[in-house]
Amino acid sequence: MAQRIDVKDLNVYYGAFKAVEDVSMSIEPRTVTAFIGPSGCGKSTFLRTLNRMHEVIAGGRVEGTVALNGRDLYSKDIDPVAVRRTVGMVFQRPNPFPTMSIFDNVAAGLRLNGVKTKAVLAEAVERSLKGANLWNEVKDRLDKPGAGLSGGQQQRLCIARAIAVEPQVLLMDEPCSALDPISTLAIEDLIDEIKQQYTIVIVTHNMQQAARVSDRTAFFNLAATGKPGRLIEMGDTAKIFSNPTEKATEDYISGRFG
Amino acid sequence: MTSITGHSEADAGPSGDMAATGRVGDRVFSALATGSGVFVVSLIGLVAAFLLAQAVPSLMDNKASFLTSREWQVSAGDLRFGIADLLWVTVISSVIAMAIAVPIAIGVALFLTQYAPRRLARPFASLIDLLAAVPSIVYGIWGYFVLRDFVQPVQTFVESALGWFPLFAPLTVSGTIFLASIVLAIMILPIITAISREVFDQTPAAHKEAALALGATRWEMVRTAVLPFGKPGVISASMLGLGRALGETIAVTLLLSVTRGTFSWSAFAGGETFASRIANGSAEFDTPLKTGAYIAAGLVLFVLTFAVNAVARIVIERRKAFSE
Repeated sequence: MAQRIDVKDLNVYYGAFKAVEDVSMSIEPRTVTAFIGPSGCGKSTFLRTLNRMHEVIAGGRVEGTVALNGRDLYSKDIDPVAVRRTVGMVFQRPNPFPTMSIFDNVAAGLRLNGVKTKAVLAEAVERSLKGANLWNEVKDRLDKPGAGLSGGQQQRLCIARAIAVEPQVLLMDEPCSALDPISTLAIEDLIDEIKQQYTIVIVTHNMQQAARVSDRTAFFNLAATGKPGRLIEMGDTAKIFSNPTEKATEDYISGRFG
Repeated sequence: MTSITGHSEADAGPSGDMAATGRVGDRVFSALATGSGVFVVSLIGLVAAFLLAQAVPSLMDNKASFLTSREWQVSAGDLRFGIADLLWVTVISSVIAMAIAVPIAIGVALFLTQYAPRRLARPFASLIDLLAAVPSIVYGIWGYFVLRDFVQPVQTFVESALGWFPLFAPLTVSGTIFLASIVLAIMILPIITAISREVFDQTPAAHKEAALALGATRWEMVRTAVLPFGKPGVISASMLGLGRALGETIAVTLLLSVTRGTFSWSAFAGGETFASRIANGSAEFDTPLKTGAYIAAGLVLFVLTFAVNAVARIVIERRKAFSE
């Protein structure tokens, strides 16, 4: 189910502006990889290239390759819609569909895939909500609006929605930055559980969080405002946080800047 | 929301004089604002009162049933008038106009907000808005001299295919309700498009990205995120369009063949709406009793339009609860 990602010589552009320069990295299946770095360093932008969400923004394009189990996501015969069905995404702010019930939110992706059978949907919704540690809290009100849940519950609902379609990879763009510490803990526990099944990539501004949840950490930085972001260093999380190779990494994680 | 977190003087609303300082500028402004409000409310009240006062004597003298009769006989001394066929023609012509205009307006609004390149969307939207700037008499003339010849074959086809259904029963009338409906549809298209375009444009990017990240195509994204979000806005836009179609006078008067004494459920019949009956009858406004009959018809149109606008208002209010 989980698949590996190999990125080679990737440049990311918004129109003429180069946002991220020359990134190469490998992400192993069934691991959690954290992207850290100061604001504007391009880590979220880079994350969005991994499921071609980057192209949703006008002028967004890339050079280089992003390969999922050896297949280049950007080759001409690949449909971006198909990519997004394989590589799921959870956003910074919980964004359940406001007009849909909890059930319909989780079922949304399956319905897009053409699943109509009630029993199949119900089974997948229950499995996904259990997978997102939300089932016990919402099982009695599946028909209530998803927007009526608390922020942390909404974010777990969004995770359930993302994993309902059984993606190969799950991308998380600062999934806890709008949540309180208790909800954050719930999400982190969840990440730890679901990494058995998925390849997870998480962008975070919270370095303790990166240290807590990830196996590997990638540090992004930019030389100056207006310059493209670059991948400075990537390695095992324990090493990055105790004994980084680059001076800039050490400065950042020890709080000397950023 | 503020009432949950606490209470402050500013929450009290505009009712009291809490914030007033008593300075001349404040007093003048508050008098002007209050005056304008009172003026508008009393204007509406006076219009309603005028219509009632003028209509009631004629209604008292009416020998036919006002609501169910199809007669319209207002010659002196023998008042027999009813609004049954006026109500039918007014409502059916507007409903057909809506059935044509709403889907097109939604399509255009979706195209402008979700599909068209930005630099094309703006001029295109202005072009649609220009439709609203065409005077209704011009629409009437255009419909009469140009559109009628194009609509004729369509009518003939529908009549031959679905003529067994009362709404499509064939009749030999040149200015049909159907023709008027098409012109009305074009006239209400700009307002429905403009409002729909605005609500679709306000769909939060987060909802659209949520759909796209699930692997939705552009159309599926529209269906899961944009349309549900915009639905209340589209409904109220349609109601505003309906209000306009119900009251449209001059184009409809020009287009509809007057066929008094005969009545048909068919959309290919002629007839008169409230507005066109009043316009056609303007020569008879010579005694208060005759005039009152027409004013009574106008009163019903007033109530009908008022009800439609009220429904639109309620839907807009409901939408507020959704977006919070």
